Amino acid sequence: MTVQSLQAEPAAVAAQPVLVRPTKSFYKRNDSFMVGAASVIVFTAVWEALWAAGFINELFFSGPSAIFARLYSGLFTRGDMLEHVWFSAQNFLSGFLIATALGIPLGILLGWYRAPRLVLDPFITAFYSTPRIVFVPLIIMWFGLGLGSKVVIVFMSAFFPILLNVMAGVRTTDDQLLGAGRAFCATQWDLFRTIVLPSSVPFIIVGLRQGLAHGLIGVVVGEFFAGSSGIGYLIGEAANSFKTDLLFACVFIVAGVGIGVSALLQQIEQHFQRWRPANN
Amino acid sequence: MTTPKLIAKDVSKVFWIEGEDKPVHALDHVSLSVGDGEFVCIVGPSGCGKTTFLNIAAGLLKHDGGSMEIAGNLSNGPGRDRAVVFQQARLLPWRTTFGNVRYGMELHRRFDEAQMDERTQRFIDLVGLNGAERRHPGELSGGMQQRVNLARALAVDPEILLMDEPFAALDAQTREFMQAELLRIWRETRKTVMFVTHQIDEAVFLADRVVVFGTKPGRFKAEFKVDFPRPRTLSLKRDPRFLALMDDIWGLIEEEAQRAGLLHAYETEARP
Repeated sequence: MTVQSLQAEPAAVAAQPVLVRPTKSFYKRNDSFMVGAASVIVFTAVWEALWAAGFINELFFSGPSAIFARLYSGLFTRGDMLEHVWFSAQNFLSGFLIATALGIPLGILLGWYRAPRLVLDPFITAFYSTPRIVFVPLIIMWFGLGLGSKVVIVFMSAFFPILLNVMAGVRTTDDQLLGAGRAFCATQWDLFRTIVLPSSVPFIIVGLRQGLAHGLIGVVVGEFFAGSSGIGYLIGEAANSFKTDLLFACVFIVAGVGIGVSALLQQIEQHFQRWRPANN
Repeated sequence: MTTPKLIAKDVSKVFWIEGEDKPVHALDHVSLSVGDGEFVCIVGPSGCGKTTFLNIAAGLLKHDGGSMEIAGNLSNGPGRDRAVVFQQARLLPWRTTFGNVRYGMELHRRFDEAQMDERTQRFIDLVGLNGAERRHPGELSGGMQQRVNLARALAVDPEILLMDEPFAALDAQTREFMQAELLRIWRETRKTVMFVTHQIDEAVFLADRVVVFGTKPGRFKAEFKVDFPRPRTLSLKRDPRFLALMDDIWGLIEEEAQRAGLLHAYETEARP
């Protein structure tokens, strides 16, 4: 008996294998975006229909068209929101950039060297575990009602998530890779430059994203507490006078900034992670 | 044969285990030399300190006693005179094959940029990775990753190549092919090699000399000269003389394993 006889007639099999890379449809390539967008559109449409039909009391809630109209006039025609947006943007950017500029190098230093970590660890743990909001009155007392105290609040909010994530990134560097580097006579600087830093990139990005979220909370909360300008102040004012369209317009600005900066960071991360095999 | 590339004299190493009063003697006065151009394999039961010995030779571990000389210099940490091929490939996942092979040379700082590029390509070709230069480690099979690991070590032009069970994590077939490939590459580069493995057939197939380590404490037990003619092919593994030599070595390892309690005595009628 031959092996061949076990095999059924292979006539149906194509003579030549197909050597064309299989292509995915436009939908398959963009399904997460398309489903997400459709979901948002449907939600907004239902909301707007309820609003237009008069089911929503505008004292407590608002509708998409009213919010959009208020946003448009506040930013473009009347421009009454612009000074507040600008004030908050200054607070946020200054605080977040200082937090980044100090958090990343300090996180690397504390992740890499044990002695300074042992010295500072109790304070970092204490600060990180305490809700930063309890410091807000103190900071306002020290730095006044203006720009200064807001920047400090944003800084305090964003700094610790950045610091802790960067530290974690450096400390979880693969020992096997470090050992390989050492076997090839790598200096400390070589190890840092070629292994520690590249492998910490995802942690740094996560730290920045968390810092961003906490920083946005910080800027709004700081303006709630004191002062007479900024998005946080405007939200408080709008709520006090039942201007729900203005309130939601402010919420959408904060949300938009959060989503925008987060997406930007994701782009940066993907740029550094091109080597990672694709998976969804 | 000129001066040996590796001379170990009475190398000892102890480890302290948390919660135990006595240290573990990983290596007890091990003396061994590896001649220029020689291929030496070290085998032994688990825990015999063979990998510890290799790490000391690599300069990654400090020994507690004795001396380790590499290419005529006392070793006190990693050096540019040697290169290690690790059990796990330990490639930088964000670098391509090309970048990973180049990496060892970049750290050694012995060659200029143009030389590094030329050598990188030369050793990629030598280990048979032509065409995979731009792939990342995640896109390579285990066998291909070990080829990169080997090329990275060869490219720095070491006096001695230290190989730590480089094929242990591969599947059985790939392992056989890699052994044959290693002999081909070795024939072309003529490097001195110290190769640690727990596979006796691998050791006998590759080596000029097989050194057997005993365990508890880890120490030199015996050595066997392997004089099968080269070039060797995988069919050598079925040669009766090959099997007889493997049997001799296995007997020693079995004896050690029993002494160390890794293997309990057979039923009385099987052995006197």
